[in-house]
Amino acid sequence: MVLTADDVKKIAYLARLGIDHQDIESYARDLSNMLDLMKQMGETDTGGVLPMAHPMDQIQRLRVDDVTETNNRDNFQKIAPLVEDGLYLVPKVIE
Amino acid sequence: MENYQENWESVIGLEIHAQLATQSKIFSGASTAYGAEPNTQACAVDLGLPGVLPVLNEQAVSFAVKFGLAIDAEIAPYSVFARKNYFYPDLPKGYQISQFELPIVGNGHLDIDVDGETKRIGITRAHLEEDAGKSLHESFHGMSGIDLNRAGTPLLEIVSEPELRSAKEAVAYMRKMHELVRYLGICDGNMQEGSFRCDANVSVRPKGQQEFGTRAEIKNINSFKFVEKAINHEIERQIELIESGGKVVQETRLYDANKDETRSMRSKEEANDYRYFPDPDLLPVEITEIFKAQIKAQLPELPAAKKQRFTEQYGLDCESAGILTSSRQLSDYFESLVKESLCEAKLCANWITGDLLASLNKTDLDIADSPVSYQRLAGLLIRINDQTISGKIAKQVFELMWQSNSTADEIIDEKGLKQITDTGAIEAIIDRIIAENPGQVEQYLSGKDKVFGFFVGQVMKEMQGKANPAEVNKMLKAKLK
Repeated sequence: MVLTADDVKKIAYLARLGIDHQDIESYARDLSNMLDLMKQMGETDTGGVLPMAHPMDQIQRLRVDDVTETNNRDNFQKIAPLVEDGLYLVPKVIE
Repeated sequence: MENYQENWESVIGLEIHAQLATQSKIFSGASTAYGAEPNTQACAVDLGLPGVLPVLNEQAVSFAVKFGLAIDAEIAPYSVFARKNYFYPDLPKGYQISQFELPIVGNGHLDIDVDGETKRIGITRAHLEEDAGKSLHESFHGMSGIDLNRAGTPLLEIVSEPELRSAKEAVAYMRKMHELVRYLGICDGNMQEGSFRCDANVSVRPKGQQEFGTRAEIKNINSFKFVEKAINHEIERQIELIESGGKVVQETRLYDANKDETRSMRSKEEANDYRYFPDPDLLPVEITEIFKAQIKAQLPELPAAKKQRFTEQYGLDCESAGILTSSRQLSDYFESLVKESLCEAKLCANWITGDLLASLNKTDLDIADSPVSYQRLAGLLIRINDQTISGKIAKQVFELMWQSNSTADEIIDEKGLKQITDTGAIEAIIDRIIAENPGQVEQYLSGKDKVFGFFVGQVMKEMQGKANPAEVNKMLKAKLK
């Protein structure tokens, strides 16, 4: 599979990555190679093999439903660029 | 609309988000209490600060399993959390932790009643996920304000099969689901606070066609009234569009309750590709048979079973039984009332579905906050039963009970409302009324039966409602021969 420059730009946009125009071609080549590797791996017969959800062969531990956190807003907001009335301010987003 | 329905069929699937009634968040120990000052319940995990790790809340898992058992679903012995990637300021991590390929609850079903018929609606799946925060767009000098208190609140997303065929069915389904999650005690069902909301997938197709039409998704509907209106509006829009030669495009639409219309959410979000992948921060969740059995043991009697029991045990009609079992509190109130008053179940049911619910609705109160407890209402029913007061007077007493803390007996004594059983006194009044209204007597005797009601009314008025109407009828009939 060969990715085009547009595919690379789209992928970069989805991940909100800024990439240099001159690097697009090499990214396209590298990513295409990775997809080829995937394709090759996809040809392996994995029938009867359970998909691995996590490299550690363990089960999720569960937490008791207790409130253990206290209000730490002032400290968290010290490192925020802009706050007002307890809210974090961000550039306007319109739905 | 009627004309449309002849040629078109609508296909609807609902995705319901039920906020789980846990104390703390799904992956952190921050409180989920509603209405706190902005960001006072958003901890480092909820803010997505570097270096934090999510730890799954056991109660959220229990609630999901409880729900799955209640809808007769497969519970996944092994389920996985995944990251759903998108960028929005109220989602600080840049992804929402959700479930994708291996949700905790698989295939199940829920029965709904529409126009006296029962229909089984398939449930594709239900999965656990975290809620996002809230964005406020007003009054921040061109900026948006973000409150992350809600971020990380546990949600159960319940996805139905596209088996609903009208807005009415969709509402019935949503109500049934609302009833169920509250019965189970896994969600408070508060729609104003957003604890229970839904997205609707709507498409239309010519009647008889097998393939589905292109669907549009209506987002974030948070009332039963809106779900019906929004879906009906969307159905009409799609039919009109197709009939005028257009094509439905797959998109997300927002319902605007003020204008009663849906409009397209034209934003870059449309281009979203969520790129789900298993969250490496969380291990797979295992649900053992023992865990499942423990939860099964905690399941309460469910609405459908209780409704059935109410019709059999108490001889109630389906409608009353349906109303009384619409919430656990209401059905408990009914059963306590029957026990306390030892009155006929039907009398108890009528008073609850009639005067009590009407008064609660009028004052916008829940049964749990009813000013008239079942004990006090029982006191009133006992007095109807032993004929101390008539049903009509009882309504007056009930109103007074609603406004005070007095018992029925106190009010009956204080206001002198006791029914007059002295037939001599009733007879005297009947004689007087007959004497005073010779014209009506003549009309009645000449065959105008309707005038009889006039006499009953006059006698009851004279007696301030305190006579037994059946007795008055009997005596009047005898006198007017």
